[in-house]
Amino acid sequence: MSQASSAATVLPAGTPKIRIRGLTKRFGDKLVLDGIDLDVMQGTSTVVIGGSGSGKSVLLKCILGLITPDAGLIEIDGQDLSRLDHRARAAKRSEIGMLFQNGALFDSLRVWENVAFGLLAKHDIKRKAARARAAEILQQVGLEASVGDLSPAELSGGMQKRVGLARAIAAKPDVMFFDEPTTGLDPIMGAVIDGLIVDCVKRLGSTAIAITHDMASARRIGDRAAMLYKGKIVWQGEAARLMDSGNPLVDQFTHGRREGPIQMELRK
Amino acid sequence: MNALLSFVAAIGRGVLYALASAGSVTLFALEGMSHVVRPPIYPRLFWRAFVEFAYFSLPVVAMTAVFSGMVIALQSYTGFSRYGATNAIAYIVLVSVVRELAPVLAGLMVAGRVGAAMAAELGTMRVTDQIDALSTLSTEPMKYLVAPRLLAGLLALPLLVIVADTLGVAGGWLVATAKLGFNSATYLQNSLDFLQTSDVVVSLAKAAVFGFVVALMGCYHGYRSRGGAEGVGSATTSAVVSASILILAFDYVLTELFFAR
Repeated sequence: MSQASSAATVLPAGTPKIRIRGLTKRFGDKLVLDGIDLDVMQGTSTVVIGGSGSGKSVLLKCILGLITPDAGLIEIDGQDLSRLDHRARAAKRSEIGMLFQNGALFDSLRVWENVAFGLLAKHDIKRKAARARAAEILQQVGLEASVGDLSPAELSGGMQKRVGLARAIAAKPDVMFFDEPTTGLDPIMGAVIDGLIVDCVKRLGSTAIAITHDMASARRIGDRAAMLYKGKIVWQGEAARLMDSGNPLVDQFTHGRREGPIQMELRK
Repeated sequence: MNALLSFVAAIGRGVLYALASAGSVTLFALEGMSHVVRPPIYPRLFWRAFVEFAYFSLPVVAMTAVFSGMVIALQSYTGFSRYGATNAIAYIVLVSVVRELAPVLAGLMVAGRVGAAMAAELGTMRVTDQIDALSTLSTEPMKYLVAPRLLAGLLALPLLVIVADTLGVAGGWLVATAKLGFNSATYLQNSLDFLQTSDVVVSLAKAAVFGFVVALMGCYHGYRSRGGAEGVGSATTSAVVSASILILAFDYVLTELFFAR
């Protein structure tokens, strides 16, 4: 049974938790997202892979509402976020957790304040109680409660990712997004973070989208996978099939081959 | 002919850019101030910005005011002694400091100290995704980051300028009595006689406008910074330069408004 946000919507069977249709975004002359269609079913994790600059982060920011798409539809629980009023959109966002690539911890706040930020922002918890709750969540991601008194600058990269994860799961989100969760970490720490992500998503029963170009991470986190290339989803399937998808674009990317249909764009 | 058209086109682009920037800053300011009066409010963040503005800027503003008052006393004595009008020095110091030097120099000092720090802090938050993170945590960044700073700028600089007015006049008194041989009691009495409520009110009104301008430019350029460390550096420079120019421009406008006959 899901423990995620109590505001979670019960969807009719077969209805995607996240539904994207014809999502298009252009920056100047560059078409970054070119009619993306993607469904993510409730309680599943989808990993979006793709090269640097392929538009993965833009896709995530469009879903979060941080970037306004030029065209297309993004629905979460059947609701188009762009059509919701300010209050309803804020309420929807409170059901979403996000782990940023570099952690994006607030460096003017202590670690426990970072973790409890979303709880305090809702004004439904006192600081003392929020601090105790932050200590519990820090323990869930393998950090001692004493870490809560440190500032983010005093943490290693791996610890910052853990704190970022703790902040993302603090409000028991219904939907979670992970932006390059293992970038900049050594392989062992990357596996630890992936393990924590899988544990958190399963425990909360959340629906997750992760973007990465780390194949080991993609297979550990994802139930399903999709590859973004030149602004389009060129392949979707089981994450377990990433290494033998039969799609030449995916095969070249996942095996890191220089030769193949994907040509690196070099500026002359 | 082509060169002339290119020249006119360049001017046109510049004018359009300036108008677009003015519109963008105005909308930013209106949105920021609208969050000041709409709950939730963040008193803790307001207090932090206020202390940064008022308390930590006090030493630099105080020193600037004291030395400015001293210089005005010295310079006006040099000029006025030729005409036997040295009795006007107390008046000159008072008017110069209270009407102009204290608010303008305090504004410029705070622009360099607090405006730059605001732009750097918000710029760093922007390029490290901290502002996006606020949005994902049900927190409106304009309300959390910008509104408390704008309010702090509006309220803190007048307090600083009261101190600067006092210390500027005291600097003039120090030079007049210790170096130029004025009688202390007479100088102070002259200063009090010349002091008008309207001068103080205008001084504080200017300070409020300048404080708001400093906070607005710091927040605006920081909030919109792009492109990593270079973008943050550029935002910081823009915040200080634009705030300094706007302070001088608004000083003229307000002086024209209050004192022109």
